[in-house]
Amino acid sequence: MPERPDAVINDTVTHATEDAAMNQPIPQSTDASPDLPAAGAGIAVSARSSKAVAEDGPLQAIARGETPASAIHDSVGEHEAVLEIDHFDFWYNQTAQALYDISMNVPYGKVTSLIGPSGCGKSTLLRSVNRLNDLIDGVRIEGDMRLKNESIYGQGVDVIELRKRMGMVFQKSNPFPMSIYENVVYALRIDGERRKSVLDEVCERSLRGAALWDEVKDRLHDLALGLSGVQQQRLCIARAIAAEPEVLLMDEPCSALDPIATGKIEDLIDELRGTYTILIVTHNMQQASRTSDFTAFMYLGRLIEYGATQDLFTKPQLRATEHYITGRFG
Amino acid sequence: MNDRTEGQEDNRKAAPAGDPGAGGGSWSNRRRRARNSLFAAGEPAVWLTGGALAICTAMVVGLLLLVLWQGLVTFWPQAVERVTTPDGETYMGEITRHNAYAPEESVLSSLSEQVAQQARQDLADDGQTIRRLFRTGNFRLTQNHFTWVDDFSVEKRDKPEWALVLERLEWGRFYGFPEQFVQLHPLDGQTPQALSGSLRTGLAAGHSLQLAVSAPGEPGFALHPLADLRAAAPTPDPAAADAAAGGATPEAAEPAPAPTGIDPSEVIAIAEVAEGPEAAWAAFSEHHGTVRERWQRRRSLEKHDTGKINHKQEQARLAMRSAAMDLETATENANGGTSPEIDRARTRLEEAEAEFEEVRTWANEAFADIRAEIDRINEENGRYQLVMKTAGEGTAPAQTTYARLDGIVRAYPANQLGTGGKVGIYLSRWLEFLVDEPREANSEGGVFPAIFGTVTMTLIMSIAVVPFGVLAALYLREYAKGGVVVSTVRIAVNNLAGVPSIVFGVFGLGFFCYVTGASIDQLLFAAHLPNPTFGKGGILWASLTLALLTLPVVIVATEEAVAAVPNSMREGSYACGASKWQTIQRIVLPRALPGIITGMVLAIARGAGEVAPLMLVGAVKLAPELPLDGTFPYLHPERSFMHLGFHIYDVGFQSQNSEAARPMVFTTTLLLIAIIAFLNLATVALRTRLRKRFAAGQF
Repeated sequence: MPERPDAVINDTVTHATEDAAMNQPIPQSTDASPDLPAAGAGIAVSARSSKAVAEDGPLQAIARGETPASAIHDSVGEHEAVLEIDHFDFWYNQTAQALYDISMNVPYGKVTSLIGPSGCGKSTLLRSVNRLNDLIDGVRIEGDMRLKNESIYGQGVDVIELRKRMGMVFQKSNPFPMSIYENVVYALRIDGERRKSVLDEVCERSLRGAALWDEVKDRLHDLALGLSGVQQQRLCIARAIAAEPEVLLMDEPCSALDPIATGKIEDLIDELRGTYTILIVTHNMQQASRTSDFTAFMYLGRLIEYGATQDLFTKPQLRATEHYITGRFG
Repeated sequence: MNDRTEGQEDNRKAAPAGDPGAGGGSWSNRRRRARNSLFAAGEPAVWLTGGALAICTAMVVGLLLLVLWQGLVTFWPQAVERVTTPDGETYMGEITRHNAYAPEESVLSSLSEQVAQQARQDLADDGQTIRRLFRTGNFRLTQNHFTWVDDFSVEKRDKPEWALVLERLEWGRFYGFPEQFVQLHPLDGQTPQALSGSLRTGLAAGHSLQLAVSAPGEPGFALHPLADLRAAAPTPDPAAADAAAGGATPEAAEPAPAPTGIDPSEVIAIAEVAEGPEAAWAAFSEHHGTVRERWQRRRSLEKHDTGKINHKQEQARLAMRSAAMDLETATENANGGTSPEIDRARTRLEEAEAEFEEVRTWANEAFADIRAEIDRINEENGRYQLVMKTAGEGTAPAQTTYARLDGIVRAYPANQLGTGGKVGIYLSRWLEFLVDEPREANSEGGVFPAIFGTVTMTLIMSIAVVPFGVLAALYLREYAKGGVVVSTVRIAVNNLAGVPSIVFGVFGLGFFCYVTGASIDQLLFAAHLPNPTFGKGGILWASLTLALLTLPVVIVATEEAVAAVPNSMREGSYACGASKWQTIQRIVLPRALPGIITGMVLAIARGAGEVAPLMLVGAVKLAPELPLDGTFPYLHPERSFMHLGFHIYDVGFQSQNSEAARPMVFTTTLLLIAIIAFLNLATVALRTRLRKRFAAGQF
């Protein structure tokens, strides 16, 4: 691969080695000029680790244990953020760091997908949003997140109330061992809602929202575990949207499903777009490109690049991203 | 199997091909050994595991079958056999078992010539002789319940048609022939002549009238023919007029008063006598039911009505005692002075004393009434007597004896019974066993109090142990952070399961009875002291002791059930905004419930079958009262109780008449197993129901 002396992040630095090449920003094909302007290329860089990135690509920096700055497209900033992640660090067992200085804004009403190879911290980040990681012993965090400008990790936050503002769909469908109806209205039940009219209405709305109503309306009081895999997953989505969440978190919702079922779930995500803000973790790059408006690429606990899906998949700013989405590593 | 044959084929093919290389050869050998070894094939493992299962199953099923068979046949009515020996001994009874043995020469030489010769011949033929154990009953006549009879000493053996088995309230069984049935008709102011005259008109066929004259001894009367009645007294009186009026009857029409004969004033009743086995048995069958009903009434009077009066009297006494104690306290508080407290207490004491006197007077009257009623029933029942003749006990000649009908629980002509009759006797024995109270030092009768005690105790135990065990396990699994303390607690709980149960009994006695119970007595039942109320063994303390004993079972089972709930469900619940307790309550517990109930099943099985600790904390040989009755507050957790497990021990090993009681051991064991199985099945049914209910989310 020919060396590109014009590779730039903020400070323009050239790279001489072949290895470093993939870490470099690639030239924007639409951009006529070979010399990319510092900030004009739509790359925002946090000041903290700029030096490391300045010397070589982000993967080298990561290999050295440093945290390179994330390449965040301008297009993200054009939307109103519902969830802001602010210099977020995360440790398991007090010592094993899983997330490094993640800063990203999740735009309102859009589908944002997190991609990256296994173990890159996508799920950890997702589960940090509704503080599900609190359940694990020995977890430590630094930094903060904000949901509609309210701190998530601040002092005196009511985690229970916080979680009620978000819905979550898991990798493996986990319907509760109760009826379909009770599954859907679970969030309302724990809030003490007893009015049957309200429950019925929410149940129907949520099931319609999850495109499950027609299939199960005659057996609402049957055991949820009797549903097929994809129906169970849609039931979980119905359960997650029953309480009108501000953010819907999806942790690889299709990884346990066959392609047809996956297609159904993707259609459903498409329908939910606009109504809900969705943050979805996926292993499947096609899925990310098909379903999401924005995509964030993570690697070894760092956020590498984050931008509009179309941009990220067609003209990524970093070679690492390009190599990952084209399947050359990861 | 398939793998193995394939492997062998591979080897056969591979061997010639791989021959040239020496190294290849050893490799191939090793491969062949590995493939052909027994363990590689896996078949021995099947036999090993299958064999182990077969042995376990055989032992368990064998034990159950033994208990089932022995327990089921015990109540089946046997034929009554009569044997006579050349030496003129006669025995009659049921054969309970037999065994083979070879008698010593010294024993044989002590026998009569004829018998010894037969014995030697048997020995020469088979190398052994058979002897049979006869349940001969008739304890009061022979001082024996059982007799061994050698087959070689039997000259004649038959099943007499009219051999009758009497199961009596006391003194065990009686075997004999019904001879007469006597029903006394009291004079009630009439003259014997008049009464016999009026009785004669409705006399059943085969019945005759006799004079019952009071006599000392067992039945209290002696029978004489009507003809022995001395005619009218010398002085003319109403009796004579009556006699003259009844002169139409042949007997009364006898002319001059004989110098000998029975004075009419000595006659206490006219006896209607059914002669002969058939007539006697028919008369017995006719009257036995009503006599037993009267007897039941008498027992109820003795037990319940007397009990109620006693209870009332005791309450009054306790009120008086407690008023006296109040007065004492008030006097002490006043330090020798006077105070309104003392006056009030004194007034109350006086009131209580007056009340007590009143109650005592009332109770004495009530007792007198009851006693009169009991005497009346007794007297009425005493008019019905069955005269039995034995077959002869050993060398003794046959004897005649009177049996009151109310003392006979059940009678049947054993050798006349058809299958239907036998089934009837069998079922009636089972019914008595299940619903009646024990008699004859527990070796006969029913075990209802023990059934009741066992079930009640097990239920109280479950109610106590399950909530505690489940909560403790939930804390251990859901709340406690893993660490040394939790591990220690878990190990301690598991070790608790290995502590001998008698240790729990000692602990229960020390802690529950002597500490907790004594404190309760001090606080609430001070007036009863020094008689302990809760400060002794009782069903509550026994249940709590067993709850402690079975706690580890519940905790371990619950912990495993809770741990088996997938974490994804908990996360799903948390993600919906549920709190920890809501998650536990709505997701974890319903999901773990089948496992928890499995733990409950195990606890019940363990607790219901436990005996050793119960001996210390409240199980008794014979409990006078059930822990549940009609007296306020209905449930009496402080009362001692009977327990089937303890009953088995008591009947089997502490009984006077252990030979007769032995069948009861099997029957009681069968019953205990059945009850445990029933409780378990009920719990499993509950589990299925709850599983459905919780699974459907209708909670």
